[in-house]
Amino acid sequence: MKAAVRARFEELRSKAEAALAEARAAFRIRIQVGSATCENAAGATVVFEEFRKHIAASGRTDIGLHRTGCTGRCSREPIVTVFMPDSLPVKYQFVNRELVHKIFTSHVLGGHPLLEHVLDGPLTHLPRFKLLYCTSPRCCQLQRELWGHSPEELLRDLGIGPDLVQVYESSCLGACTPAQVGKLAHVLVQPEKTLYRLRSKDELREVLEKHLLQGQPVERLAVPGKTVGRKFLELYGDVAFFNRQTRVALRHNGVLDPTSIEEYFHYRGFEALATVLERDNPSWVIDQITRSRLRGRGGAGYPTGKKWAFAAASAEPVRYIICNADEGDPGAFMDRSMLESDPFNVIEGMIIGAFAIGASRGFVYVRAEYPLAVERIHNAIAACRDWGLLGEDILGSGFCFDIEVRLGAGAFVCGEETALIHSIEGERGQPRPRPPYPTERGLWDKPTVINNVETFANVPAIINYGPEWFARLGSEESGGTKVFALAGKVCHTGLVEVPMGTPLRDIVVGIGGGPPGGKRIKAVQTGGPAGGCIPESMLDLPVDFGTLTKAGSIMGSGGMIVMDETDCMVDIAKYFMEFTCDESCGKCTPCREGTKRMLEILDRITSGRGTLEDLGKLERLGRLIKKSSLCGLGRAAPNPVLSTLAHFRDEYVQHVTDKRCPAKKCKALIVYVIDPEKCVGCTVCARNCPVSCISGTRREPHVIDQSRCIKCGRCFEVCRFDAVKLT
Amino acid sequence: MNTGSQTRTSTDNWPEVEASCRRILGDRLCQFIDQVKKDPRPESHLIAVLHQVQAEFGYLGTSQLDAVAQLMQIPAAKVSGVASFYHYFRLEPRGRFVVNICFGTACYVKGADRVAEKFKTELGVNLGETSKDGMFTVEACRCLGMCALAPVITVGDDVWAQVTPDRVPSILEGYIARAKGS
Repeated sequence: MKAAVRARFEELRSKAEAALAEARAAFRIRIQVGSATCENAAGATVVFEEFRKHIAASGRTDIGLHRTGCTGRCSREPIVTVFMPDSLPVKYQFVNRELVHKIFTSHVLGGHPLLEHVLDGPLTHLPRFKLLYCTSPRCCQLQRELWGHSPEELLRDLGIGPDLVQVYESSCLGACTPAQVGKLAHVLVQPEKTLYRLRSKDELREVLEKHLLQGQPVERLAVPGKTVGRKFLELYGDVAFFNRQTRVALRHNGVLDPTSIEEYFHYRGFEALATVLERDNPSWVIDQITRSRLRGRGGAGYPTGKKWAFAAASAEPVRYIICNADEGDPGAFMDRSMLESDPFNVIEGMIIGAFAIGASRGFVYVRAEYPLAVERIHNAIAACRDWGLLGEDILGSGFCFDIEVRLGAGAFVCGEETALIHSIEGERGQPRPRPPYPTERGLWDKPTVINNVETFANVPAIINYGPEWFARLGSEESGGTKVFALAGKVCHTGLVEVPMGTPLRDIVVGIGGGPPGGKRIKAVQTGGPAGGCIPESMLDLPVDFGTLTKAGSIMGSGGMIVMDETDCMVDIAKYFMEFTCDESCGKCTPCREGTKRMLEILDRITSGRGTLEDLGKLERLGRLIKKSSLCGLGRAAPNPVLSTLAHFRDEYVQHVTDKRCPAKKCKALIVYVIDPEKCVGCTVCARNCPVSCISGTRREPHVIDQSRCIKCGRCFEVCRFDAVKLT
Repeated sequence: MNTGSQTRTSTDNWPEVEASCRRILGDRLCQFIDQVKKDPRPESHLIAVLHQVQAEFGYLGTSQLDAVAQLMQIPAAKVSGVASFYHYFRLEPRGRFVVNICFGTACYVKGADRVAEKFKTELGVNLGETSKDGMFTVEACRCLGMCALAPVITVGDDVWAQVTPDRVPSILEGYIARAKGS
């Protein structure tokens, strides 16, 4: 049986590779356009269509158009990459209809890249080579020895100028093995995509001289094979936002075409599945996952290996596996991105999980609010069935498994596993008490494993690259990486995948660039409505399940919203309380009534009617809800209030005693006034006021009638003389 | 077709009930229901059926919900219980264009409330209401997952990124023009 699986897999892989090779051979030049909900919202659909028209009009048959998922660099989308023979790929940002025309005529047809539109540019020149050297903890020590003071100095000594090569630091290229840590340094040279494994200064010198100066790669020192993250860094390693990330779950985002199973095969797709089915031993799989220290990425961080082992040990033969893609946390969008950009990876993870626990039916429970993700996952499941990777006798192993897609319908509580199970059963999505846990009695009372999208996305990588590698990437308590959706008041918004244990500051400031306009970070909100606000003073905290919980927040699914000095913490707490109040399913009293009472108190405070006693009440009520609620939603609901009360009590007190909102956010506590010194009497404010409460004659200072003002801020926005003040 | 396991008496009006239910839902939906009834657990497809009904009619009216209950042989109380539980399902008709304003955290801190305010004053409606001319329904939703482009709104299937209150009138005009053009 074993040999048959491998042979069947190789057969499929050759078929995929042959189809790809044929498609690619026709094209000398390739234009790659991102395509995911964000990209499309930014205009990627138009861009793709425009390129198609340009190629058709040019009559050229050697130019190919390639669709890919999203890289997660949302604030610069749409992103387009142009691959020309023998030169470095060039990535463009903010591409629109006009820019398509310019890129096509100048770069694709004329060979002159538009340096002012390059991603994270502008560039002054395009070098012949790009060199990435790994600065991960496993390579950095030797790299420092090899490169000396600075890479620039070393290159200058060798007579290599910046027009020949541009050097970048990068995160792990994934080629290291535990035994060799500290003895090897990895360097990647582009456009040849040669990954070198170096041991000494002489070897580095040899590479620089032979490869860069003479144009001859040094085969002897090259590492063969496809290491994890390599393809991603090859493409995006020159962008500061990306090269400090370690991409495992997102390793194919922005690299492959999410609608092509052939391309997924090309990037080691289904190799992990073949390995698993060839070994034909579920406990081996569970052991690998346990040793990798993979923990559930949905929020609670339960060890995945342990969960699988529970279900596998059940006496009940019928078992189910569910992929939780009901990404309801406001501020989190990594699951959507993975389903849209790399759906096969998630499916492969699910099949491996199903084999490990002995399930023959699986479900992807996905939000109806994500139509493109639903379409891509449907498409991927259909392709897998066609290729014999889902259904009866997968890869000739005798293992049978199939996946169905079930749509959510906009209930946040359905992210909770027992509520999700009820929703799949066609019921109202209300939770039930645990135990029994779903691994014992889940869907239709059968043992059920529910894992998050990101958890499954990590599984094929763990099998392919080994549990030790994965465990080593992360921290003491949890292996691997975590994807964060960085948004809010930060320069570079998008998806960030970093090793567990990375300090928050590295993510928010190092990769995200901090708030725009030089404003100060006030807090970082993690974990959505179940999480809390972490103050600036605690940003050096290493990100992990345990550390965040200690800080009064949670890891959650990985939403990370940066807030600056103009955000009011009481207002944010109220915002989340409104959310949980609205999303409470109503089954248990502490959550249904408690959140309502907390919201009422917060409402009093933000409208200037609060008392100091209220703060104590909030805390008491919050602790009570945490202790007595039925499910995770209720138990975590008070977190946003309790964490802001703990870290930003001053702000609450100011609202109560001074009747003042320091961030000038709470409407009832702010007043708009017109500065008579600055007002020139242009009447713009009076004409724009929706309640006509501004009076004054032309060229005379105007006055706001405070008794009628609704504090909409319209006058503040339209005044061109800074005469409207907010106090 | 499910004639049910119950014994039917001579006064059984099931054929008429079934025929009228099928008329209400139309062929496409009935086919879908017939399809899911082949599953050993047809009731688990209730949410999927309701999605289809809403896609067809724009909302879930009482007569459609009753028809679903009859054809799927699920108690009407349960069907309406499920329909009213989930935010995605609408129990009332909506305008020609549905404006969904994202109130996710990122959108909120970047001024979604001011965008919503502008829509409300421009159209003279509150959230959840439809404009008098039946053109626009303005709704708030939890998170569209496009946080990096905040604030985000959707109008029908179109996504608008980084919306400011100033852009609201021109966005609305575009759709009014589209409606007139068609």
